[in-house]
Amino acid sequence: MNGSDNPEVNKLVAHLFRHEAGKMVAVLTRLFGFRNIEQAEDIVHDTLLKALETWKYGAVPENPQAWLYRAAKNKAIDLIRREQVKYKIDGEMAYLLKSEYTLTSTINELFTENEIKDSQLRMMFACCHPSLSQEGQITLILKTLCGLNVREIGSAFLSNEDTITKRLYRVKEKIRTENFALDYPGADAMKDRTEAVLKTLYLLFNEGYNSSHPEKLIREDLCEEAMRLTILLTENEKTNLPQTNALLALMCYQVSRFTTRLDEKGLIVLLQDQDRTKWTKFLIEKGNYYLSQSATTRDKHDFHLEAAIASVHANSPSYEQTDWPILLSLYDQLLHRAGNPIVALNRCLVYAEVEGYEKAIEELENLEGLNDNCYYYAALGELYLKNGNKDMASEQFTKALEFTSSFAISELLARKLELC
Amino acid sequence: MYLFRNGAEGQSLSPEAMQAHMQKWMVWMKTLGEKGVLAGGEPLEQTGKQVTGTKKVVTDGPFTEAKEIVGGYLIVNAKDIDEAVEISKGCPVFDVNGRLEVRPVHKMEM
Repeated sequence: MNGSDNPEVNKLVAHLFRHEAGKMVAVLTRLFGFRNIEQAEDIVHDTLLKALETWKYGAVPENPQAWLYRAAKNKAIDLIRREQVKYKIDGEMAYLLKSEYTLTSTINELFTENEIKDSQLRMMFACCHPSLSQEGQITLILKTLCGLNVREIGSAFLSNEDTITKRLYRVKEKIRTENFALDYPGADAMKDRTEAVLKTLYLLFNEGYNSSHPEKLIREDLCEEAMRLTILLTENEKTNLPQTNALLALMCYQVSRFTTRLDEKGLIVLLQDQDRTKWTKFLIEKGNYYLSQSATTRDKHDFHLEAAIASVHANSPSYEQTDWPILLSLYDQLLHRAGNPIVALNRCLVYAEVEGYEKAIEELENLEGLNDNCYYYAALGELYLKNGNKDMASEQFTKALEFTSSFAISELLARKLELC
Repeated sequence: MYLFRNGAEGQSLSPEAMQAHMQKWMVWMKTLGEKGVLAGGEPLEQTGKQVTGTKKVVTDGPFTEAKEIVGGYLIVNAKDIDEAVEISKGCPVFDVNGRLEVRPVHKMEM
């Protein structure tokens, strides 16, 4: 009962279970082979459950992580001894597991810090296998590396549990039938696969940052997970590429504004109204650091441009003092490469600050492909409002309302309508 | 004495939910400690042996479904069973649809 004497010591590190779950699943999957990922997930679930059932009656051990690893190792060894014949272990170290002599030492070795990181990276690459759909990749990453369960993934993506369960089933079916390996791709495929991993992390981050979730605008957890995995990529020489650093810089800048994006009532505060003194300086500095780390190549990646844009905003002392011409040139480059209508939309807002509202409205009105996009009408409304045309502004804001299910965005539009 | 059974819900929590649940237990245990009612307690392993009958047949495990297994016990000091029941109502085991059995420990007069 000594634990209850000193409850302060008992406070667990935030998300310890979730993060350790991700690590242990990666390690155990490497041990058993990718096709046996469900065995790995079961062991991890049982391990955490055992921790909960043991710790709650008294004390959390001094080193909870070591406790978890010991329990998981024992369960893994038990399983291998028991089912050695019945079920085929086909991981890279299968031969080491078949002999009692090397079994324990192999497993101990896998649970060291470097090997855990390596297993997580392998898992990241395996999850981004080109045979899997983009949403399949993200779902698999959240399930295996981030320790989210089906219900949590469903709520992050506004899908129901059934959809996610089916999606995961299809993904795992594919892993089995195509016999994926939990390994880095060969040298020739490494570049493309790294690109796929970065893109998936980028989408995961955006899902958290621009979430269309009606209740909660910012799904901070998803952003945090995406950052955690990107940092992991910068810690390995194979994946510490200029674009990895650019992506991480972008994430740092975005997250630095988290605290000011919503007011105390949970309503959206636009960039121009945000209290810049409340932006997280530490993260802006981190962003600047990673951006400078990313500048080791002449090949610019989209992430370089996006990070540079975020950097201009993050480092500008006020909205009015923003270096709009530089932003416009960055957006022009981005648009030239990506040609995506959302980029074009954002470019128009910058264009407005450089060339005036009237010209920007004209460009925006001619923009195609965003006819059912809430932000498109909101942006148009904003430009009309700034240009003094309240009737047109009101029309656009009303239209924008039709295309959103988010409470926070609807509230913002309602406030805008009051100004018209 | 409190005997705890988790219920099916407690078996299917996500890692994050497990940790949140654990945090609640810590808070509850702390309040019991502060009130000075906590006298002891221990988790029980999920495995075990059954020894039965005159032939002392030994078999594995408690045999019940996971949700029915007693996961652990706590001993609290209470003046009577009503007070013990009252104290138990703050227990987080109910959040996961679990069950708690309150049993007075019979003190032998020596």
